[in-house]
Amino acid sequence: MSHQPRHVVVIGHGMVGARFVDEVARRDPDGDRLRVTVVGAEPEGPYNRILLSEVVNGRLAEADLALPETVMPRLTVRSGRAATAIDPAARTVALDDGSSLDYDELVLATGARAVLPPMPGATVPSGAPAEGVTALRDLADCRRLKALVRPGAPVVVLGGGVLGLEAARALSQTGARVNLVESSTWLMRRQLDQDAARVLQGHYNRLGITVHSWKVAVRWIPGTGLELDDGRVLAGDALVVTAGVRPRTELAAEAGLDVEHAIVVNDSLTTSDPRVHAIGDCAQHPGGGGGLVQPGYEQAAVLADLLTGAAPHARYTGARPATRLKADGIDLVSFGEPDAEDAETVTVNDAHGGRYAKLSVRDDRVVGAILLGFPDSAATIGQLYDHGSPVPQDRLALLLGGALPDTSAEEADPDATLVCRCNAVSRARLESAWLDGARTKDAVAAATRATTGCGGCTRDVNALLSSWNNGQPAPTPA
Amino acid sequence: MTTTHCPYCALQCAMHLESGPGGVLAARPAAFPTNRGGLCRKGWTSAETLTVADRLTTPLLRKDRGAELRPVDWDTALDHVADRLRAVQAAHGRDAVAVFGSGGLTNEKSYQLGKFARVALGTSQIDYNGRFCMSSAAAAGNRAFGLDRGMPFPVTDLDDAEVIVLAGANPAETMPPLMGHLSAARLVVVDPRRSGTAREALRRDGMHLAPRPGTDLALALGLLHAARLEGLLDDDYIAERTTGFAAAWRHAAAWWPERTEHVTGVPAAHIRDAARLIGTAENAYILTGRGVEQHAKGTDTASAWINLALSLGLPGRVGSGYGCITGQGNGQGGREHGQKADQLPGYRRIDDAAARAHVASVWGVDPDDLPGPGRSAFELLDALGTDTGPRAMLLFGSNPVVSAPDATRVRERMAALDLLVVADFVLSESAAMADVVLPVTQWAEESGTMTNLEGRVLRRRRATAPPEGVRTDLEVLHHLAVRLGQPAERFPTDPDLVLAELGAASVGGAADYSGVTPERLEAGEALHWPVPSGGGPTPRLFLDAFAHPDGRARFAAVDHRAAAEDTDAEYPLLATTGRLMGHYQSGAQTRRVAELADAEPEAYVEVHPDTAARCGLAEGEWATVASRRGSTVARVRLRPDTRRDTVFLPFHYPAEQAANNLTNPALDPTSRMPEFKVSAVRLHPCAGRRGGEDR
Repeated sequence: MSHQPRHVVVIGHGMVGARFVDEVARRDPDGDRLRVTVVGAEPEGPYNRILLSEVVNGRLAEADLALPETVMPRLTVRSGRAATAIDPAARTVALDDGSSLDYDELVLATGARAVLPPMPGATVPSGAPAEGVTALRDLADCRRLKALVRPGAPVVVLGGGVLGLEAARALSQTGARVNLVESSTWLMRRQLDQDAARVLQGHYNRLGITVHSWKVAVRWIPGTGLELDDGRVLAGDALVVTAGVRPRTELAAEAGLDVEHAIVVNDSLTTSDPRVHAIGDCAQHPGGGGGLVQPGYEQAAVLADLLTGAAPHARYTGARPATRLKADGIDLVSFGEPDAEDAETVTVNDAHGGRYAKLSVRDDRVVGAILLGFPDSAATIGQLYDHGSPVPQDRLALLLGGALPDTSAEEADPDATLVCRCNAVSRARLESAWLDGARTKDAVAAATRATTGCGGCTRDVNALLSSWNNGQPAPTPA
Repeated sequence: MTTTHCPYCALQCAMHLESGPGGVLAARPAAFPTNRGGLCRKGWTSAETLTVADRLTTPLLRKDRGAELRPVDWDTALDHVADRLRAVQAAHGRDAVAVFGSGGLTNEKSYQLGKFARVALGTSQIDYNGRFCMSSAAAAGNRAFGLDRGMPFPVTDLDDAEVIVLAGANPAETMPPLMGHLSAARLVVVDPRRSGTAREALRRDGMHLAPRPGTDLALALGLLHAARLEGLLDDDYIAERTTGFAAAWRHAAAWWPERTEHVTGVPAAHIRDAARLIGTAENAYILTGRGVEQHAKGTDTASAWINLALSLGLPGRVGSGYGCITGQGNGQGGREHGQKADQLPGYRRIDDAAARAHVASVWGVDPDDLPGPGRSAFELLDALGTDTGPRAMLLFGSNPVVSAPDATRVRERMAALDLLVVADFVLSESAAMADVVLPVTQWAEESGTMTNLEGRVLRRRRATAPPEGVRTDLEVLHHLAVRLGQPAERFPTDPDLVLAELGAASVGGAADYSGVTPERLEAGEALHWPVPSGGGPTPRLFLDAFAHPDGRARFAAVDHRAAAEDTDAEYPLLATTGRLMGHYQSGAQTRRVAELADAEPEAYVEVHPDTAARCGLAEGEWATVASRRGSTVARVRLRPDTRRDTVFLPFHYPAEQAANNLTNPALDPTSRMPEFKVSAVRLHPCAGRRGGEDR
């Protein structure tokens, strides 16, 4: 190659940062076009944060969370190093070891950090969590939590969003006694309506997890527990705070990039500086997607298309948000806007059976859905939503039905009139063979070939023969 | 009466052929472990192929492309072919002549075809239609186990299984007598369609997982993920008998069941249930078929299923395992004896100096004169008649204008050749394009050996004399080789002599046939390869060690990736293709058998009623199915139990009803398998054809 590969610096080696590097490697396996340096603040290599709750419940070990290593020439990984400043004019990044990196393109994948509430007792003056308190955002949090929790011990989870519900379920699997506190009116306030949340709360109660909705925590008392605004104190050896995250935007803001809730990016995932890009939880795109890993993956792919030149016209046009609760024994998914305006809505509320379903359709397309306890239709509707495919006329059947209709094998068999499908032998053909003297299975097989294919009809043929041979009218197959 | 084996699929059911009324041969089932006295309707009617009305009995030749094919005598035809081959090679080099073989050829023909190409023609340009069939599973099997034998255990071992996973396989339709071996097990069928096998699974308390076409790699990773979280992995086996689990897990770790559901459409709860069902069974098998393998990521997908099997400790143990279900009659033997672009006999690599030296010594040639690796099947077809590609092709036992992907393009490429020579027993769609057609024998008119899906070498016996004027493929190769200046004894026409030479060439190779002799075959020995000279057969491989130097099986670190083509507004549906019970491959044989042709006379497309209604189509109407590459017409069959985003077409029909007009020739980077199983398509009513006509 006559020209030097362009240098891309990635700040942040979490799931989305690692995915971006992987997507680059798929498009530029020989490193002809790009040279990549990744800076990650955590000492470990990149790992799968989504599965932290499986480490909490002991089904996986820390090492099992490691993400695949990307093999690519001209890739440099600097773990345990933090970026401290960006100079967009000079196109350099300063690191905490005093060194600096020049870049042609900079990718911010700094993610988000857990927010600890401004509650007495929750933090020490430095802002770090107080004794007995932890978030559940990274491996360090996970270790801290595991050190705090013993079987049978009381634990309080503060925050009834997806992460809090998954943590509560994982903790209950370890034998902890779990209380869960949600300050808003109901669980998963952003993804569920109140009726769905009520059904979900019922599931948690049945699993032995006590849910306290619309309760404000006022104080953490180390060694005792969490005091609520109604004066009650929930006993707790540990407090797990899952009450929201805040995008890590400091570097971008200090460098003068446009930052609102997060770092503002356009459809090319480019910030207000044309050489600086942002993906994942630290990025703010008009189409949304923060807080979920799948949109971050999609952004990583689009940015890799653009920076490698593999698809110069690739654009990220927004997320089709899908939230799937990963909690053993509970099937819950929420897509899009279940309460979209101008949409036709079908709702099934079976609180007694622990099931709830809502489907919102506009212009024959799914715009939102909540499916709790409907695993089959959740999969089907999820695909209709994801691919923007038209919805069948019978909405209720879609909601209640499975991935495929729940017809019995016989009903669905297009050749159900045949006794032997393999050799296309009907009951009438068997009967005429019998009338011609074929009295045994082998004789019938020789005359009609029935039973000689897959052999699945042998029992049916024997039954017919035995009824005819005994002079009994054969039962008509159902 | 002669006892031989069926001409069609890799189960190679045994049958008796005997004369019925009027001296016409008829088939009936014979006792044998694979079919145990059973036959499907193709087998029962197979003898009809011996008396088809349009049987070729004289060579045909056309002087130039505008002319008609006219009967000529053999010498005229063979002289013409030899002269033209010499002229083409003189003008354009040795690689200007291509050879295309088949997984339907006997071991002896496969071997001789490879030798003919490398020695008599000196061309590297040889491959075969098995590339479209077994190549992905073969590559994945070699990668994992160090050896590729479709089923590394006798098929009868399946009889006692508790659970069998059939991933992308539909034996109830494609290989019915195999179902007799699956009748005790609970089945987990993975197929976008509610196939006959899927219905059978549900009927017997099994499971049907219906992923969106092109996502089964993700499903396999999701099952591994779920099995691990359920604590079902065989950690001792993984530690003692395998390598590479950690790297493979890192990919599977990203496929938690909920994310897998999102991509595949298979409910997360079903993924967990299936993982539990498979992982808690005492005796379980995972079997893959073309649905897994015929993708641009087919090798990795097969590897993902093997990874699942390895993580559960299944392969290399009596009573459990992994296998792929070979398709074509000699799909196994056909990939071992040197008709593949990258191989020499004995399943040796053509780029391995020791293998070249050994085979060259058997052939009596200088190793340096052997060509290197050539183009894979689709690449070969795609290069025909181009500036850098072959100008002439010899085609044996294959009908690529029906069976290759992007059939319209393949037809154009074949039409651009200076010389096309086809050896067949009827004027197949490909033969009809040829400059020279050579009439050859078919199964019951010749002897030789076949290797079935369990790696067992079988005797194909001659039951009747061929019609006058017809020659065997071995005779054709012999006479052409002599005309090309080869010593006559180098290309014998007696299949037993060829078998002996094949055995010598395979000595020490992975697929060692040196102990396979006509006498042992006649005696009915169950000769599962490797069968070293003087040694016993190998019914079960890997019980002590896998075939890698360290004796361990290797996990492959594979991840899911999207199909080469996705749906969009213009092509909103996915088409997948497959086989019917009544037909075989391109249908050149079965469409000529009256009973089979009558049962399934025309192409159809399975469509969900909702989808059909949106496309303005009703049951029995003719639809045009169009992809970016071409279109086909097929009659609509409504199937309420099918996915709404997927349509299915059988691929046995030619010309305007060819499903392969749609298919995508995107190739697997390792196996060079085309993506037959996923094409983005649209459906609309077929202008000019209305429901009820032609019926």
